[in-house]
Amino acid sequence: MILSVRDFAIGFQREGQNLVAVDGISFDVAEGETFVIIGESGSGKSLTGMSIAGLQPPTAFVSGSIRFKDREMLKRPDAELRKLRGPEIGLIYQDPLSSLNPVWPVGDQIAETLTAHGLASRAEARKRAVEMLERVRIPDPRRVASAYPHEISGGMRQRAMIAMALAAGPSLLIADEPTTALDVTIKAQMLELLAELKRELSLTIILITHDMGVVAEVADRILVLYAGRIAEVGPADAIMLQPSHPYTAALMTSAMISQTPAKQDLNAIVGGAPGLGAFPAGCRFHPRCPRAQDDCKVIEPPRRKFGSVELACHHPIEAAMPLETARS
Amino acid sequence: MALLELDAVSKTFSQRRGGRAVQAVAGVSLTVGKGETLGLVGESGCGKSTLARLALKLVDVTDGRVRFDGVDVTGFASRRMLPIRRRLQAVFQDPLASLNARMTIAEVMREPFDTHGVKLGAELETRIRELLSFVGLENIDIRKLPGQFSGGQLQRIAIARALALEPEIIVADEPTSALDPSIQAQIVNLMLQIQRKRGISYLIISHDLDVIGHVADRIAVMYLGIIIEQGTADAIMQRPLHPYTQALLSAAPTLAARRQVGWKRIMLTGDPPNPADVPSGCRFHPRCHLARDICREKVPPLRATPGTSQMVACHLAPDETAQAGAEVGRARRGLAVAS
Repeated sequence: MILSVRDFAIGFQREGQNLVAVDGISFDVAEGETFVIIGESGSGKSLTGMSIAGLQPPTAFVSGSIRFKDREMLKRPDAELRKLRGPEIGLIYQDPLSSLNPVWPVGDQIAETLTAHGLASRAEARKRAVEMLERVRIPDPRRVASAYPHEISGGMRQRAMIAMALAAGPSLLIADEPTTALDVTIKAQMLELLAELKRELSLTIILITHDMGVVAEVADRILVLYAGRIAEVGPADAIMLQPSHPYTAALMTSAMISQTPAKQDLNAIVGGAPGLGAFPAGCRFHPRCPRAQDDCKVIEPPRRKFGSVELACHHPIEAAMPLETARS
Repeated sequence: MALLELDAVSKTFSQRRGGRAVQAVAGVSLTVGKGETLGLVGESGCGKSTLARLALKLVDVTDGRVRFDGVDVTGFASRRMLPIRRRLQAVFQDPLASLNARMTIAEVMREPFDTHGVKLGAELETRIRELLSFVGLENIDIRKLPGQFSGGQLQRIAIARALALEPEIIVADEPTSALDPSIQAQIVNLMLQIQRKRGISYLIISHDLDVIGHVADRIAVMYLGIIIEQGTADAIMQRPLHPYTQALLSAAPTLAARRQVGWKRIMLTGDPPNPADVPSGCRFHPRCHLARDICREKVPPLRATPGTSQMVACHLAPDETAQAGAEVGRARRGLAVAS
């Protein structure tokens, strides 16, 4: 396992109260897989992803353990975490402008990730920056290396950000909603690029998203988070094609519109996800769940094995019910 | 007769500081019939939101005519538009931005009645409650501010407000795009239910072909300010004829795609186009995998395809595109693709 997360919790103090945003989750990520963390706003998916890279908000309190390549990442000094970000862990975000410095040529920024970690001389780093831009399929890498971020297109910026994240040769790439702001045709290009880079560079990828289509495309294994707890974790095929947890089943609706007869109501769940500090008792999904019974309101469902997945649900959907009916 | 008709409308924005003028919409003709849903699809910068604003008369056309229920409203000033606006309402992508953050929900909801001089007196609160309950918000506290509601609740409030004066058509610009996936499905269902109960027309604008394919009767696909293909939703989703529509349909990843064996995605090269720098000939040719000399030289007209409901602006359609289109449509529906 390249990553082991055990009983990880993170929360914030607000008006003298401890509000727990992610509440004791455990999972493993195997080397070379694309592990996808799915969740809606407020599920804790980005907090979890950022904490793996040691980037939790400074005001947060944390507990549990996050072990990356046998190093404990929680409560590690900032200076040491910085040494890992770049050579060991690369990060990409939804908005490339948030990670690119506007007043610095793109190539210099990529070179900086190498020189800062003492991985190359300045001249060598410049050369490697151009190679990285070529590697992310930028047609004219020399020109782009000397351009400022605002001088290149949005798609190019996205690629430059990926080049920067991968320049120092990390083995783990954490991608937080990398395609959410992109148009579909550009999104398809990015997904293809990530898949190729993963193969070429033997990367492990942790992808954080709420876009079920993207998940369907790339996931090997999936973790579904709801209101700071794990709903379901397991192989992507089982979770996407035959979801056991009623929440996962409802989420898949958005990826299955093309299989619902036109103009008919979609299989939607009621209500919205609860906010921080308003998580319901028992199973946190019960107020929205079509399968909820009395036990769901009071007893927190324990995590257990169910077919090929692990889930936390008192009344899961039996595997014999295929969700999908193709429109002919 | 069409309820809403855009007849060869164009909109040119002149840039400040002596920059070049940008033609965001270039001679688009569309109609929305009574009780009909027209879906308008396109990517960022294609001009679809400008087109929505032209249809709503929030901006004036540079060229062409806008007709509402047979009346030419192109030159109507705001006072003459007022009675039309009752019948033509709008819903936008970000409900928090489109509702006044300092008004309570009660104030937000009564505003359309005030604007149009509809005096309900003591009935007003009952009417507001009815509208909110109609969109699935039975017991909300209408003295609260928009900031105290979730995105899904706010979009319901925006829809309730748009319905207040019983419009005949709602123009909805990306109504589900800012919402979480489980909430998107709720809003899609709500819009469908409203149409079933009230027979309302929609012009729905989105980059999401899945949503459009589900709710629309007819679909128009926009690229760089023009319509490059239109037809019934069934035809467009099952056999898109323009290579750009095909790429859009095959690009969006879906669950169905996960099960496909031997399905090749049509991948577009290059960046989305720049409206300030329109290519010669067919506007799509620099990104088209089928492009040849004629495409670089001659503008393809939007023309009817014999034997179908589709109109397509492509020199090569349908002869050289129909088969690929049928494959994209089948893959989309999760059906096996003939290899």
